Amino acid sequence: MSEPDITVAIEGLRKRFDAPDGKPFDAIDDISLTVRAGELTAFVGPDGAGKTTLMRMMAGLLRPDEGSLNVLGIDVRADPQSVQNRISYMPQRFGLYEDLSVQENLDLYADLHGVPQEVRRERFGRMLEMTDMARFTDRPAGKLSGGMKQKLGLACTLVRSPDLLLLDEPSVGVDPLSRRDLWKIIDQLIADEQLSVIVSTAYMDEAERCGQIFVFHHGRILADGPPDALRKRAEGLGYVADALPDRPARVLQARLIDAPDRIIDAVPKGGDVHFIRRPQCDEAALADLLSDTRVQPRDAELEDAFMLLLREHENEPAQAADDANTNKEDGDRYGTAETASPSAGERDGPVIVVRDLVRKFGDFTAVASTSFDVQRGEIFGLLGPNGAGKTTTFRMLCGLLPATSGHLEVAGVDLRTARAKARARIGYVSQKFALYGNLSVRENLEFFAGAYGLRGERKRERVKAVIAQFDLDASAQSGILPVGYKQRLAMAAGLLHEPDILFLDEPTSGIDPLARRAFWRTITSLAQGGVTIIITTHFMEEAEYCDRIAIQDAGELLALGTPAEVREQAGDDASDMNEAFIAIVEQNRARQTNEKVAA
Amino acid sequence: MRVAGLTLGADFIAWLAQTFALVRKEILALVKDPANRTILFAPALMQALLFGYGATYDLTHVPYAVVDQSRSAASTELLARLDGTGVFRREAALASNAQIGDLIDSGKVLLAISIPSDFEHRLTVGDTAPIQIILDGRNSSTAGAAAGQIGAIVADYGRSLGGSPPITVERRAWYNPNLESRWTLMPAMIAALSFLQTLLLSALSVAREREQGTFDQLLVTPLGLMQILIGKAIPSILVGLIQSTIILLIIRFWFEIPMNGSYWLLYLGLVTFTAAGVGIGMSISALSLTMQQAMLYTFLLVMPLMLLSGMLTPVRNMPQILQLITYVNPLRFGIDMVRRIYLEGAVFADVALDFVPMLVVAAITLPLAAWLFRNRLA
Repeated sequence: MSEPDITVAIEGLRKRFDAPDGKPFDAIDDISLTVRAGELTAFVGPDGAGKTTLMRMMAGLLRPDEGSLNVLGIDVRADPQSVQNRISYMPQRFGLYEDLSVQENLDLYADLHGVPQEVRRERFGRMLEMTDMARFTDRPAGKLSGGMKQKLGLACTLVRSPDLLLLDEPSVGVDPLSRRDLWKIIDQLIADEQLSVIVSTAYMDEAERCGQIFVFHHGRILADGPPDALRKRAEGLGYVADALPDRPARVLQARLIDAPDRIIDAVPKGGDVHFIRRPQCDEAALADLLSDTRVQPRDAELEDAFMLLLREHENEPAQAADDANTNKEDGDRYGTAETASPSAGERDGPVIVVRDLVRKFGDFTAVASTSFDVQRGEIFGLLGPNGAGKTTTFRMLCGLLPATSGHLEVAGVDLRTARAKARARIGYVSQKFALYGNLSVRENLEFFAGAYGLRGERKRERVKAVIAQFDLDASAQSGILPVGYKQRLAMAAGLLHEPDILFLDEPTSGIDPLARRAFWRTITSLAQGGVTIIITTHFMEEAEYCDRIAIQDAGELLALGTPAEVREQAGDDASDMNEAFIAIVEQNRARQTNEKVAA
Repeated sequence: MRVAGLTLGADFIAWLAQTFALVRKEILALVKDPANRTILFAPALMQALLFGYGATYDLTHVPYAVVDQSRSAASTELLARLDGTGVFRREAALASNAQIGDLIDSGKVLLAISIPSDFEHRLTVGDTAPIQIILDGRNSSTAGAAAGQIGAIVADYGRSLGGSPPITVERRAWYNPNLESRWTLMPAMIAALSFLQTLLLSALSVAREREQGTFDQLLVTPLGLMQILIGKAIPSILVGLIQSTIILLIIRFWFEIPMNGSYWLLYLGLVTFTAAGVGIGMSISALSLTMQQAMLYTFLLVMPLMLLSGMLTPVRNMPQILQLITYVNPLRFGIDMVRRIYLEGAVFADVALDFVPMLVVAAITLPLAAWLFRNRLA
């Protein structure tokens, strides 16, 4: 075990937890793996796959139940302290002291790790330079943006030079710009210090940078290998299809994802639809799905391989139930995906009107003079880094926060001042899927049904309908549901009263890719049925499902238009939304700097 | 007209149904939490028993020392009467007054009685015969009570000697014939103990939802502020009334303190009183962003409210300015009202004035809370 090029050696590892319902389950189920030194290693997998549990065991914070676990040649079980002396671990929510300044946080962590004074100055200087935070050393950590907090967390983790760095989802909830900066720092450290890094991530483009990838699912490893080897699994299965003429790409995407017996995955991308077929289903069998469009094969991507692996290991019966529900729901209320699509001309005026909207907190401008319209049946996406003003705009639209100045109208009224009844036309799904945790699923739904004025037979009917539509267990206690189910329950509660307008605040954060596909399938069919959808997200690729998007940064509206228009505005090298977003935010920041210089 | 009336009626039923959904949710959330279930009722039960047995000013087993320099039949008779009451317990018989100091300083005795050597002689010649009582004034109320009791015993003895004094005081304590402090204190508990819990409960109700993010969810439903207010206030008021009832039952049937007033009036008063308390609690709640803040504000408020309630010390003994402040304290009038209805059998006309300040507090704090729900700046 003491070979110098092996950092982590794991053999038959098992960790059992008690599930919230009292039944034990294996969070880590007989895992064996080795991690090579001086390399970047990625753990990928949906939420609850066991990535965090494994990292915590490697850091000596959790005791394994069975198996052997050696880190840096040390048995972690026997001697966790000497492992901890040589590694650095950054948990998902890093413990920054929000009232202490950036410098004080750094000092504190240096003290905790016993970093000698003479080393500190050089190390701090380097960290502040890499994170570009030298200007902010006096600012309290609590006043930093989400991305900056994460960078400071990384800097605090790295106040000393470890032999192994463990990063648990460092980029979760972080905007593309900050995400890129974080990776710059990690790359630089690997180059300069030959650091071994293990990072868990939900982003495939991040996994792609790594030398070795382990794909986790339900406490097991589904596959491992370098990115190229994994990609090969999906070789020859990937295609690009043109969107149907005069229809958003999501219409074709919905048709494809509704055929799970033949299609593994389909997403709208760059105005087209990218999809992969099941290996056992040849091209000829797809003909009826694609009769009215042009299809070309494309190179396999890592995400394709990941989706392939997940679909193959999905619980088949549950899958079938999900699909049945999706289809039923289409038939029930919203018609099939491709009929009755209101074309732009038929739409009868904007449902939401925002003019010169401003919101200030003290002397801080959270939203600066923002104007946009949303048409009926449109999916409108609000995109932006954390702290860009999305949530503030959102809360003003829902009437939860008064605007400092400007005009806003939802379904013809300002919800803040309108009669309470006007709110019956909107549905709202909040960021954390806020529901009453100690009530059961049914009790939550019955409460919201009552609050929305549903009674008697109609109430019973609607509660039953949404329970079936979202495949919920009525008697489960909602507080201990897995996050994917919480999201479905929140959606169910928001749709009980069949609103005309649905507000969704970061509805896909923390949700695994399969659940996200199912979520968007529901959204697209709602839009098809004429429901107007306003959604915020930090997953840029989800902008592709939207009819139009608005990009905000530092409170300002930087771009507004269809995804294609926004990509155009970003320039030629923006092939996907992620790059378009970065380009637009950077163009704006550069312009502001120029203006300052000119002034 | 008829049609308009009908839709108005239907609207109102819809309004009620919506509000009821919230009331039901609040009660479910309350009783489904096992920690909540015990916290709601166990403390009321425990505290009622604790106060009933623990908190009393009544004298029992008062230790005393005696310096009997008379050593006569008269002094022995007097001391026998003292011991016969059961209130006093003789700890020491001393030879001289000089020894008293140590015993009192060390707290071994609360008082010492010194009978001079010419005590019997003076009595027989018909002269006044002074005896001296030395008291530990460090506890003024107990010392005063003990001195009063000895005075009464001595006067009684004096009368038995035949020399009837020109004026005698005949004591009749109304509503509490034996002047037991338990009788004064316990009915006050019906108001005071439940007050603390309802205040805390209502203070946490909105703050908990704000902290967990469900309050936004509530605000975007068509529920009006009035409905949210009522939906949140009713469960808290119910819990307060149930707690009051538990304490009432303990007082009535365990401690057997007789109830002289009307239960209807008592409960009418308790509803008003609890509503005022819930109003204060909800205002705190609407102001707080987290449960911790709500808890802190509540504890900050509870102590002064208790002190200025007249539960332990009479309001009329307080400086003028503090007396004025007590008018905004529903606890003062709640306690007064309960005591009077319970002990004195007061009717509505007697306690009507107690209702006014409580109603005013409720009428201001409840709408204030509703306004704060939406206008508290995030």
